This record gives sequence, C-alpha cells and structure tokens, in this order.
Amino acid sequence: MVEQLSVFLENAPGRLAGMCRTLGAAGLNMRALMVAETGDYGVVRVLVDRPHAARAVLEDAGFTASLTRVIAVEVPDRPGGLADVVEALGEHGLNVEYAYCYVEPAGDAAVYVFRVEDPDLAAKTLGDAGFGLAGAGRLYQPDAF
Amino acid sequence: MPRAQLEDLQLQRLKALVTRVYQNVPAYRTKYDEAGFDPASLQSLEDLRRVPFTVKDDLRAGYPYGFFAVPLRDIVRVHSSSGTTGQVTVVGYTRGDIDRWSDLIARTLACAGATEDDIVQVTYGYGLFTGGLGLHYGSERLGALTIPVSGGNTKRQVQILQDFGVTVLACTPSYALLIAETAAEMGIDPHGLPLKVGVFGAEPWSESMRTQIEDALGVKAIDIYGLSEVMGPGVASECTEQHGLHVFEDHFLVEIVDPASLEPVPDGETGEVVFTTLTKEGIPVVRYRTRDISRIIPEPCACGRTFRRMERVTGRTDDMLIIRGVNVYPSQIEQVLVGIPGVAPHYQVILTKKGSMDHVEVHVEVGPDFAFDEIKALERLQKRVAGEIAGALAVSIDVRLVEPKSIQRSEGKAKRVVDNRAEGS
Repeated sequence: MVEQLSVFLENAPGRLAGMCRTLGAAGLNMRALMVAETGDYGVVRVLVDRPHAARAVLEDAGFTASLTRVIAVEVPDRPGGLADVVEALGEHGLNVEYAYCYVEPAGDAAVYVFRVEDPDLAAKTLGDAGFGLAGAGRLYQPDAF
Repeated sequence: MPRAQLEDLQLQRLKALVTRVYQNVPAYRTKYDEAGFDPASLQSLEDLRRVPFTVKDDLRAGYPYGFFAVPLRDIVRVHSSSGTTGQVTVVGYTRGDIDRWSDLIARTLACAGATEDDIVQVTYGYGLFTGGLGLHYGSERLGALTIPVSGGNTKRQVQILQDFGVTVLACTPSYALLIAETAAEMGIDPHGLPLKVGVFGAEPWSESMRTQIEDALGVKAIDIYGLSEVMGPGVASECTEQHGLHVFEDHFLVEIVDPASLEPVPDGETGEVVFTTLTKEGIPVVRYRTRDISRIIPEPCACGRTFRRMERVTGRTDDMLIIRGVNVYPSQIEQVLVGIPGVAPHYQVILTKKGSMDHVEVHVEVGPDFAFDEIKALERLQKRVAGEIAGALAVSIDVRLVEPKSIQRSEGKAKRVVDNRAEGS
C-alpha cells in the first residue's frame, strides 16, 4: 500500500505552479502526478518521495492536502502488461476509481497506480494472482512522522 | 387635491386608525402602552413621530392572524409574503379592502396611461403572491380587457401578446426582457405589435434596464411599487413622466426616516421608507418599516398630480436581495451550510445577469477534513449543497466549490454578496 498526496486546487492560473514550487522549495521530489479536473476545481494526485512532509509543507502554505491509500503494481513494461492487472481486478468485481502509470527510469517495469474502494481486498487479490506490489519502501522513504 | 385638504383627510384617517388598532389588535395595544403612547393624544400629523414603529418580526410573531383588526368572518381573502426568511406573514383583506385595492391598481394603470380601451396581459403570478390577483382586479376595475395568464410558459405569453392584441403588459422587469428575447427567438418583432406600455414591479431595476426593455419591446416602461405587508402593488406608481413614483397619499402615509436614529428626514433626503395604511381594515399597519431605501422627490411633477413622489428604490437597510422577484437573505445560505458535513459555513454569493435573468452563483468552501480525493464525492457534495440552498431560497442557483480559507475573511461585516447585475443591464 502506498500513500499518495491529494491536493484540492481551484481551477485558476498559477495555482498548480504554486503547489509544485512549494514542494520543490522544500526539497520534495515528485515521481508521478495526475490532475483530475472539473470546470471549477481540480484534484491533483502526486506520488512524492516524502508524502507526510509534503502534506505538512503544503498545508503550511495554505493548500488543502490529504493522504490517500492507493495501490501500486509493478508490471513488465510490455504491450498488454497493464491489461492483465485490470482484468484481474475486474474479475473480482473491483472497480477502479482512477489510475495512472509511470515507467521506472532504472528498470524495465511500469508502475500502475490506482485507487479502489477496498484497497486491502485489491492488494490481496493481486498478490494472490501473482502480481508484484510495490510497497512504500520501494517507491519512497516512509516519513518518520 | 390641494395639499391642505389632503392633510386634513390624512389626519382624520390617522386618528381613526391608531384608535382602531389599539382597540382591536392586542400587539399594538401592548406596544403603545409600553411606549406610553395614548392614541387619543394624536392631534396632528406631526404627532405621528411619537407612534412606535412596526417591523416585519412583529407581523411574523403574530402569524397567522395575530395582526388582523377585524373578525375573520369579515376577511374575504388572504395573501402572504413569500416566507423565504422563515415564517411567512399573512395579510388579510376585507371586501372593502379588495374594493379600495382594485381602485388603487386601476389608478396605477391610469397613471401608466391605460384606459378601458386597453387589453392587459397579467403575467404576475396568481396565488398567494399579491401581484397577479392585485393587478387582475384593478385592471377589471379600470374596465380594461384583462387576460389572466399568470407566470411561466414564455412562448405562450408571446403568442397571446401577439394574437390577442395586448396593449399593456404587467410583469416583473426581468421577465419583460425574457419575453422580448423569446419573441425574437420566435421571429416575432414586438415593435410590430400593438403593445404600448408595461407596468413593471416586484423587483428593483435600473434606468439602463428601462431603456433596454423599452428598446426591446417597443413600450413605455412604468415602475410600480408595493409590498404585501402594506397592501401589494398599488402603493405607489410612476406616471408617464417616468420620474419617481407617486405615493397614493390619501391611502398611505409615507415617511422617510434615518435608519440609525429612526428620526424622520426632510423631503429630498435619503433614508428608510416607512408606511402607514390609512384606510385598510383587515390588517392595517402603522409606521411599518419597509427596509427599502429611497427619498421623497420634493419638486412638483410635470404631470400635475399633487401626490408626492418617491424615487425608485435603490437598496435595502438589511441584507435582503431580490432575485427574480424572490426575497433572499444571504444568512439563509449560512443556515443551510451549517447543516451539511464537508463544507465550511463560508460562502460568497455572486449575482450576474444571464441574458435577462438574474443568475446566482454561490461559492462554498470545502471543509478542511472532507475526503476530496474522489471527484465523484465532490460532485455529490456540490449537488447536495446546490439542492439544499435552492430549496431554502426557492431560487435555483449554481454552486462552485472553492478551496478552504479561499473566501476572503473580514474583520467587520463580511462581504457576502457581490452584485454585478447592474453591469451589462
């Protein structure tokens, strides 16, 4: 299970830049980012190297941030790699709320990050199916606080 | 009527009025006794300033019949306020009241230049709202052909306007603009129709809106004024000079008072409008504070009428808004927000015009603890907030969720309302 930073942002010019600058200035490094937007506001989901510290820094700067438990799966970086994961979830009636992918620069794996209503069940399901779950230690340093 | 003769009539009626309410309405008796005001001591119109005021909360406390000054068997009709601020206020009319009201609306229409030869389309709502039936009976009293369309179904309104040869349109000013737009969409040019005058009231409007309506509909646009607590429409009306509303002073005493000191101000100075009903039987009001801001125009009117004029109402002493004819208090929004988990009770109301209609957008802060990660949860929240606010206000609105703490906090009176309706109208 991985902790993802979620930030609620007004859909206005400069707001996302401000968020990124705040994280950067605190020496926090983003590994993946996805923006979900509506007409009025957006929710930014970020995998960052120190999620708890990132949340604290953003809140101090007046942003609204929270941590959400998501699942990260490492799949071989090849055609159809992701389809296997999603099929496994679907077969067990697990609906994906949202998802995004990034490719590990060091290896040949793609990391598929997704959010489901029941993350524990999803983790077990995928583990049983033989998928490699990326834990927090693999993706970032768990914070001391 | 010469001024001296009018004032003599007013004094006679006023004396009878204060005695009547003192005898028949316990709330007035209590209020006057507590203030040490003896109705028998009223000997001149100047003595009016010793009489305690009546406010909306008084009427509300008397819900439903507490302020009626005659037995219920003498009441033939009731109307009520919209009740958007909580308790509605009920107003009752005797047969004589309906009779005088009809006369006053006939006078209103005559002020606008209408006669028995006219065809009047009444588009104000029929029902508990005073507008529809008020105009209806007055139009019939004038002897005009009266079409009781009531509100809504704008295409049909346009069709009737065209087919029936309507010459006088009675509706809210914003609805007049919607009718004009709808006519244009239907390929009908109102300038080619016999329509010549509109009597528009129930919401505040500007000179630029008047120009817009007159251009779009090809009518002379006349401002009319009234409120249910005092009677409904027919309290004051513009004449064809279109400069200020003649107050029908034989039936209503008008005062302008300083909202802070509550002392009357001289003619010409701005303040809160206060009415006393001189002839109403069912539910007379004495020194009723309307919260409307206006002033008396001291100069005589070019039309020759001697009734003094009040300027169009420019604002309110409280925070009430009038949106599409409905009274709205921003504090109602706060009450709704307090009851919804996930949002903070901080909000801002942005009023604009969408076409001719008022458009309301309420900015609401998402609560700092709301699980906002899922868009669909946010959308559910947005929908719930919009639904509950619309239900409480009886006005449809859009809700925009904004970041916590993003709405400007104020040390003093919060800037809850941004009214941009005047721009572009």
